[in-house]
Amino acid sequence: MVTRTERAWEVLAEVLDPEVPALSVRDLGIVRDVIDHGAELEVVLTPTYSGCPATEVIEASVLSAIEAEGLGPARATLQRAPAWTTDWISEDGKRKLREYGIAPPLHVIPAEAGTQAVPIRIFGRKADTVPCPHCGSSITERTSAFGSTACKSLYRCLACREPFEYFKPL
Amino acid sequence: MQGSIQVSPRPDVQYLLRIGDTALVLGQRISEWTGHAPVLEEDIALANMALDLIGQCRAVLAHAGALEGAGHDEDQLAFLREERDYRNVTLVELPRGDFAFTVVRNTMMATFFKLLWEKLAHSKDAELSAIAGKAVKEARYHQQHAADWLLRLAGGTEESRRRTGKALESLWRYHPELFASDAIDEQAHTSGLGPRWGELREAWLAEMQQVLDEAGLAVPASSAFLSTGKTGVHSEHMGTLLTELQYLQRAYPGGVW
Repeated sequence: MVTRTERAWEVLAEVLDPEVPALSVRDLGIVRDVIDHGAELEVVLTPTYSGCPATEVIEASVLSAIEAEGLGPARATLQRAPAWTTDWISEDGKRKLREYGIAPPLHVIPAEAGTQAVPIRIFGRKADTVPCPHCGSSITERTSAFGSTACKSLYRCLACREPFEYFKPL
Repeated sequence: MQGSIQVSPRPDVQYLLRIGDTALVLGQRISEWTGHAPVLEEDIALANMALDLIGQCRAVLAHAGALEGAGHDEDQLAFLREERDYRNVTLVELPRGDFAFTVVRNTMMATFFKLLWEKLAHSKDAELSAIAGKAVKEARYHQQHAADWLLRLAGGTEESRRRTGKALESLWRYHPELFASDAIDEQAHTSGLGPRWGELREAWLAEMQQVLDEAGLAVPASSAFLSTGKTGVHSEHMGTLLTELQYLQRAYPGGVW
């Protein structure tokens, strides 16, 4: 028999991120847990960026989707630690991003993942080599460190000449 | 008009207000560039950095309100205090100036925040530690971005170099306040809430030196001047900043998005 939490996980696979509607909240890796408290369902979410304006919208759409399936009442709680990392984006999510025209994040460099002191690296630092999501060429260049949202930067492909966004590893 | 609130003078609450307010006021100043930055990419970058700072501020102020236990949420703390009750360092409230001024200040502040969040990630306060674990990654990116620009401006035209040097000269004398530890720092250190800010000084100077060396700019001479924003005694610019920051909440009490 399919439990209430299993059904909730299925519903969450259909709830899309408002800023990157190619991805569901599950693909994005921000759903930490779904807990059945009997009287209500608790969905534990981890925010992506401190100031992400989509956080509230995501919460609201998660809750309304669950309630629309008759699985409610539900409430959302935020869990900040451990901090979200782009390594939590599923393989399926990365494929969907590429198909949507956004280059998926490369793996986070271990030194940058933790909270230990990291020496400043401002010299000889090169932007990641990011394969173009349109034609697959690796001859691309970064045009801007920030894109339409804090989580993306702007690139262009020198082979097919198309601009694209890159989901920054974080 | 909405009345003002009073916040507890408890050292742990005050320590958090210093962090939250410094992020808030810097975020407010950076957001003034929206629609005005010299190039579109930088307009977007500045708006995004302001958003990160406001988000960090929101989390810290919400936590300060919870610790205080007087029912103040982050909106009330951000919008309903009097000028003297803001605990941000003076450096961040100075008018945004030209782009070079903003770049130099962002380099100084992102370097500071990176070092602070790294320490706060080990706070005994689980919530503060969690906030810092996220914020440190953002501050690191801000620092790299700002320092990139500092080098570009210092190595650019004669005019961009002149303006960068001038910005550095005028901002540098505000940095000692960042590291002037007092009883609130001492309490935070003792309780394990966070470091005395003075402990970050050496690392901050080393990283700034590294950037300025690369930019070919000399570290300005130190002066006896010590700004006092952290204790609530602000520059003449704070009033006009707050007028804009608080307008909506004061005019439409309790308004929410």
